[in-house]
Amino acid sequence: MDKMICIVCPRGCHLEIDENNNVTGNFCPRGVKYAINELSHPERMITSTVKVLSGDLKRLSVATSKPIPKEKIFDVMNEIKKVEVRGPLPINSVIIENVLGLNVDIISTRVLKEK
Amino acid sequence: MTNYDLIIIGGGSGGIAAAVSAYDNGISSILLIEKEAYLGGILLQCIHNGFGLHTYKEELTGPEYANRASSELLKRKINYKLNSMVIDITPDFVVTYTNKEEGYQQVKAKAIICATGCSERSRGAIAIPGDRPQGVMSAGQAQKYLNIEGYMVGKKVFILGSGDIGLIMARRMVLEGAEVLGVAEIMPYSNGLNRNIVQCLNDYNIPLYLSHTVKEIKGQGKLEKIVICKVDDKLQYIDGTEQEISVDTLLLSVGLIPSNPLIENLGVEIHPRTKGPIVDESYQTSIPGIFSCGNSLHVHDLVDFVSLEGKKAGFFAAKYIKNELCTNQKVDIKNGVGVSYVLPTQVDIQNIDELQINFRCVKPFKTCYIIVKNGDKVIKTIKKPYLVPSEMEKVVIKKDLLQNLDYLTVEVVDG
Ligand SMILES: Cc1cc2nc3c(=O)[nH]c(=O)nc-3n(C[C@H](O)[C@H](O)[C@H](O)COP(=O)(O)OP(=O)(O)OC[C@H]3O[C@@H](n4cnc5c(N)ncnc54)[C@H](O)[C@@H]3O)c2cc1C
Ligand code: SF4
Repeated sequence: MDKMICIVCPRGCHLEIDENNNVTGNFCPRGVKYAINELSHPERMITSTVKVLSGDLKRLSVATSKPIPKEKIFDVMNEIKKVEVRGPLPINSVIIENVLGLNVDIISTRVLKEK
Repeated sequence: MTNYDLIIIGGGSGGIAAAVSAYDNGISSILLIEKEAYLGGILLQCIHNGFGLHTYKEELTGPEYANRASSELLKRKINYKLNSMVIDITPDFVVTYTNKEEGYQQVKAKAIICATGCSERSRGAIAIPGDRPQGVMSAGQAQKYLNIEGYMVGKKVFILGSGDIGLIMARRMVLEGAEVLGVAEIMPYSNGLNRNIVQCLNDYNIPLYLSHTVKEIKGQGKLEKIVICKVDDKLQYIDGTEQEISVDTLLLSVGLIPSNPLIENLGVEIHPRTKGPIVDESYQTSIPGIFSCGNSLHVHDLVDFVSLEGKKAGFFAAKYIKNELCTNQKVDIKNGVGVSYVLPTQVDIQNIDELQINFRCVKPFKTCYIIVKNGDKVIKTIKKPYLVPSEMEKVVIKKDLLQNLDYLTVEVVDG
């Protein structure tokens, strides 16, 4: 029996998984998927900011389009730190395509206007 | 002087939702006033994800949630002013604001919704002895520096208080290359969401020191060391448990307080626990025509609930403006055992189809019951697997259970 806290949403359900991958304690079905994933290959969303060279903001906030393997977090952060952008860019623009070949994009999470 | 039906102060998620809802309920003469350069409020610095699951059924980052919410306001062509700070409200609802282009301006309203957010407790509010060096700041301030300005406040960081902002900042600073040496929480349980303990601390092996606090701050000019120490169940230092840690930054995440200087000046009655105004079921304060919602009413964990509250405040403010709000049958709602506060504290059931009472429990509970009473009579019981003070709870009571009301009480008891 493994115990963990579901981190998929702020509700933070207390989950229990038995040897047969039966999950209990989840308020919604996403908890089941999370528990099984977390035991075999944990994944996390990453959010950060990138430098703006020209635009109405100093930093543009970005996020991974999907969760990435937990052990890749710092590698992906290094890629994000290399990027510099120029406005205008609509919200949810792709900032890095297929980062490190993980089939995940880095996308912007705010509108960047021209200066 | 321009007259509006409704003036909304604050363009965060609460104010935006209130404006949209008042508009959808027939009020088009609205002005929303925001002091910053963008709509969205605190959400814009909360670049992490975890917003909007209830409202949009997907998990957004703070700026994305702000973008969706503001586009609802823009679609309706509701009037708003940015970079404009409200500095005064008179008893007859003349609102004074200032900005660079217009200087001082006065506008008048029939009703006002105050959605001015909250502020962070500072070192003054918790009084740690020792030096007053640079490098001690609130977690939210550090968040703004880093996420908006792109400026890292330090390299060796300790965090006092396990509130969510502190936990989120712990992870954020580790990702940016800082060393986060630990989080101390004076209570024997964390004040942050469980998910943030897991994904912000455990993931990066950041220790959480429960029943610990910072006893002393050392450093001339710049922060050099802190002394942490264990506390007993009366929250008193335990001698001999002191530990010195070298740091250049101490972030305080020791709580948020509703910020209402404008309406406090007007004499709005303040709740001793929430530190926000006392409101009834329509989110109306003790001054008729002044409504409140969001973090300036009581501190919320989830933006979705702020938006829902804003929506209700906008709906009831519209009713007030149309002279449809009843106030002649109010009864009290009280917090009973196990409950630290209830909101609202009064209800007139003529205005509603069902009553939602928000509350927080006084301590963590395992299996327990939420009990709602009318006088001595139990009218609703709900079983819960667990309840924690850091998560706001609510009970919804259908109107047919709310007949012949004396007064209502909400209790939480062990199951
Ligand atoms: C750091 C942090 C992390 C959070 N993380 C999450 C999370 O992961 N998930 C989640 O769902 N929720 C989260 N929340 C909670 C949620 O985002 C907030 O509770 C919500 O956004 C608050 O909205 P608001 O409108 O009440 O206040 P605010 O967003 O603070 O808006 C108040 C606005 O009023 C303006 N204002 C104040 N005074 C004046 C004045 N005199 N004149 C003009 N304008 C004025 C301010 O500039 C501000 O824009 C978090 C909150 C914080 C603080
Ligand atoms: S199980 Fe569902 S409701 Fe519970 S934390 Fe996970 S996603 Fe949220």
